[in-house]
Amino acid sequence: MKEGKIKSRDLTLFYGQKMALNSITMDITSKHVTALIGPSGCGKSTFLRTLNRMNDLIPNVKITGEVLIDDFNIYNKQVDVVNLRKKIGMVFQKSNPFAKSIFENVAYGPKINGIHDKKRLTEIVELSLHRAAIWDEVKDRMHDSALGLSGGQQQRLCIARTLAVDPEIILMDEPASALDPISTSKIEELIFHLKENYTIIIVTHNMQQAARVSDYTGFFYLGELVEFGRTKKIFTNPEKKQTEEYITGRFG
Amino acid sequence: MKKLQKLTGGIMVGVTAASVIIIIAVIIIMLAVIIIGGKDTMSWEFLTTFPEDGMTKGGIFPALFGTALMVIIMSIAAVPFGTITAIYLTEYARESSILSKSIHFAVRALAMVPSIIFGLFGLGFFIKFVGGGIDDTFLGGQLKWAQPNILWASLTMALLTLPVIIVSVEESIRSVPRELREASLALGATKWQTILHVVLPGSRAGILTGTILAVSRGAGEVAPILFTGAAYYLATLPTSVSDQFMSLGYHIYIMSTQSSNVDQTLPIQFATTMVLLMLTFVLNFVAVIIRARLRREQ
Repeated sequence: MKEGKIKSRDLTLFYGQKMALNSITMDITSKHVTALIGPSGCGKSTFLRTLNRMNDLIPNVKITGEVLIDDFNIYNKQVDVVNLRKKIGMVFQKSNPFAKSIFENVAYGPKINGIHDKKRLTEIVELSLHRAAIWDEVKDRMHDSALGLSGGQQQRLCIARTLAVDPEIILMDEPASALDPISTSKIEELIFHLKENYTIIIVTHNMQQAARVSDYTGFFYLGELVEFGRTKKIFTNPEKKQTEEYITGRFG
Repeated sequence: MKKLQKLTGGIMVGVTAASVIIIIAVIIIMLAVIIIGGKDTMSWEFLTTFPEDGMTKGGIFPALFGTALMVIIMSIAAVPFGTITAIYLTEYARESSILSKSIHFAVRALAMVPSIIFGLFGLGFFIKFVGGGIDDTFLGGQLKWAQPNILWASLTMALLTLPVIIVSVEESIRSVPRELREASLALGATKWQTILHVVLPGSRAGILTGTILAVSRGAGEVAPILFTGAAYYLATLPTSVSDQFMSLGYHIYIMSTQSSNVDQTLPIQFATTMVLLMLTFVLNFVAVIIRARLRREQ
């Protein structure tokens, strides 16, 4: 994987009989931030999870269509899902650090990949914690339990954990929704810096956040991609009426 | 109407309080009888010396040793097997599959079997079939494995305690939150790596609790080891798995039914019972503490 360019073509997803995604076709620009917005239950998180095939874990899920990463369909039968997930990182809505030390949390990914050399692991862990803007706060307690950190710190730790695997794409599912405003702005600042090196897709129900943080925005409604384009345009001059109504708060 | 409700409420409080008091009273009386009967015989010597004079004097060391050894072998057999079964049931089997339902049913059925049946099974399967098979195939018919010994007794006991371990580990694995599994998978770990590095460490409490409860149960049960390995009296300690062994529970039974001099063996019975009770109590207590500690950590 070289660029981190993502495309979906007619992506359709059923949970049993219920259609959650209806023929989503979208082009995501690499090394930029794309936000997915829309009311609860519109499919934006579901779409996000199709990108790293996390929906495979749910029974009774049926997926048709394609997701192309650097022009390669990841739903191809021969694709090694485990390998795929090393290239695409995911940060969840509620931070989920392991019940291990801060060091062990960040070292988890590299260790899984076969890196056991202590020096190398320490380098990777330090670099990731720096990149996640949390180094200063944890450098003196690397071997303390990660569960002792605050909510905002835990989330940044989870971001560091994701970065340690050196992905090219980072998926974020409402990463700041459970956090206070200060932690939220720290994470938004982090996203701004990260996009230099990573393709970032962020699902958010907070429209101001989407407007602040992203370069492109996709508006989902009832499982369909209603509109997609440059964030500035979506928020100042959307083409579809539905988009305008959502942005101005008339529903959702 | 209110008066009636108040009265009923009061009666209920009274009834529940009374039942609690009765239960506690029964336990206290039981313990009192045992402690009063055994306290004079209890001593360090009692725990570390062999029985003498047709078991009317001396200590219970071989029974203590035998019980400990049997319980260790039992755990080595039951804990890994039970843990792997629990992992299969929670992580790999689909809940609705026939295999999963069958295993769950088998575990429940196993838990309901009377312990004497395990003894008979141990005799028929381990001693006659497996032991006999080994003797015929590898030892040319010589009688070595087709008889009671500590190995067969431990394996029989392992079957008895398997349900306890499986249920405890299963409950513990299920309590590991889904988000942690997802985090691991999202980092590019395989299912097995996730189980090994996230799920199992997170289930330590359950595995430990299950083990301790199994040990506590195994230390006290007598019926399963009756025909499969426990001996009335041995002058030496078992040195290999093909030896028989003495056990605390069986010793108490022997003392109370076949003693030659009741006056002398009665205090020994009480003291042995005290030892077994203390052992069981301590083990259960430790299990509770460990479980509480580990749960708080997580």
